[in-house]
Amino acid sequence: MKATRRALAALLLPAPVFAQARPRVVVVGGGFGGATAARSLHRAGIATTLVEASATYTACPFSNAVIAGLRGMAAQRFGYDALRAEGITVVHQRATGVDATARRVTLVDGTTLPFDRALLSPGIEIRFDGLPGYDEAAAEVMPHAWQAGPQTELLAAQLRDMPDGGTVVMVVPPNPYRCPPGPYERASLIAHFLKSRKPRSKLLVLDAKDVFSKQRLFEAAWASLYPDTLEYVPLAMGGRVTEVDPKSRRVTTDFGTQDGAVVNVIPPQRAGAIAQLAGVADRSGWCPVDPASFESRLVPGVHVIGDAIIAGAMPKSAFAANAQARVAAAAMVALLAGRAVQAPKLLNTCYSLVAPEYGISVAGVYQPANGLLTDVSGAGGTSPLEAPAGVRAAEARYAEDWFATITADVFG
Amino acid sequence: MRAFALALLMAAPAFAAEEAPPGASTCLGCHSPVRADAAIPPLRGRDAAAVAAAMREFREGTRPATLMDRLARGFTEEESQAIAAWIVR
Ligand SMILES: Cc1cc2nc3c(=O)[nH]c(=O)nc-3n(C[C@H](O)[C@H](O)[C@H](O)COP(=O)(O)OP(=O)(O)OC[C@H]3O[C@@H](n4cnc5c(N)ncnc54)[C@H](O)[C@@H]3O)c2cc1C
Repeated sequence: MKATRRALAALLLPAPVFAQARPRVVVVGGGFGGATAARSLHRAGIATTLVEASATYTACPFSNAVIAGLRGMAAQRFGYDALRAEGITVVHQRATGVDATARRVTLVDGTTLPFDRALLSPGIEIRFDGLPGYDEAAAEVMPHAWQAGPQTELLAAQLRDMPDGGTVVMVVPPNPYRCPPGPYERASLIAHFLKSRKPRSKLLVLDAKDVFSKQRLFEAAWASLYPDTLEYVPLAMGGRVTEVDPKSRRVTTDFGTQDGAVVNVIPPQRAGAIAQLAGVADRSGWCPVDPASFESRLVPGVHVIGDAIIAGAMPKSAFAANAQARVAAAAMVALLAGRAVQAPKLLNTCYSLVAPEYGISVAGVYQPANGLLTDVSGAGGTSPLEAPAGVRAAEARYAEDWFATITADVFG
Repeated sequence: MRAFALALLMAAPAFAAEEAPPGASTCLGCHSPVRADAAIPPLRGRDAAAVAAAMREFREGTRPATLMDRLARGFTEEESQAIAAWIVR
């Protein structure tokens, strides 16, 4: 009955809501941000076209568990059939341009898609000019695995095939980058893999920072779970990597060089290439937006969400991209209907696994202030530093549950 | 049945125009309205007053939580009630 009501409402909606013709929105990028936005816009009666380069989306959350041999790759893959079935036009092509004046998106085959407003959620692009020695060819030897897919499988295979007794080297970039706690979750799960499968091996984590997300929780877990396996080197101790050499699988720091049996380089990043092409990225490589409407500060009529934006206190996470998508879609509907945009609040929750059945989390509530998304004071924070195993197990279970819910919400 | 359809017709535009109150839509990242087997409790169909009361207890720290205490502290009583009313629909 409820489902019937919703289905009928969806059919009946478009006409009465907007005075003129049904407005058109083109969404570029069908990841956690873009696919959510496309659904929200479509359900509000907007004629929505989703442009996504790939026919299959491969999710990054839980890809660290794949790398550590705890999970199969199939669980990371999602398609767009449900969005199509709902009535969203899904076009599997690369967008090559966004013309905000002519109001159209250009695709790689030359097709143009007209819009009243556009939304970009292109995720990240690896900066192959960001770390000397690390180019596309180097990524085939020293995988980043920071965009899930073949890179994830390559790193998993390298770990699986490496001889026991070797050193795995992880290179962690300075801020900002996709998924702030992601490198430390990965370090934890690789350490778990080595400890249980290749116990004479070591993991060396070289970090370009001294401070990171959920740090005290990670460090406490490492000290108790992986004291003989994981060595963490922060910036202050020479952790910053200045150059890499794929031929010898060698990395250079301010203090010396280190060879690895496996080297995972998480390189610097910027907003996905279409952001530059559309003119919505600034010189930092990321996109300044209004924190209530997510409209670009550089190109009116074009909204940007997800990893690509400068979001202030809000991290670059799948949860955040999904939350921003809902808020941006509501704002776009309001603007298209000639209504004011309401001041939003947004949530974020990021779970990390430090071992199977050992989860920790960081959460936050955000609102616009001084032109950015800022923490609502008094809210948010991490899991407690001291907690019984039952709490850690519950958070690991909730992490899995979050993934099931969000992927059902976005692609199901 | 016809009256029912008519009621639907009249309710539809309001449904579309009615925006989620601040914060509410982003709860759906964890609280699924569609999954039946979820460990994180679905909230659709629950009693709004009970959801608002739970938010208050999380905010005040009187209800055991792994994470909801940290999120609930970001909302006033009034905001929590608005969210509760929206999320149970
Ligand atoms: C190892 C790892 C672990 C993570 N774990 C978590 C976690 O536990 N929880 C969490 O919340 N987040 C996690 N994240 C972060 C999360 O993956 C990202 O924040 C999220 O994917 C961002 O969503 P998005 O929509 O901005 O970009 P994406 O999900 O990357 O989607 C962008 C999409 O746009 C498409 N695209 C780009 N340009 C074009 C174009 N020109 N034309 C057509 N299509 C285009 C791409 O093909 C892609 O599908 C993790 C990330 C990593 C790397």
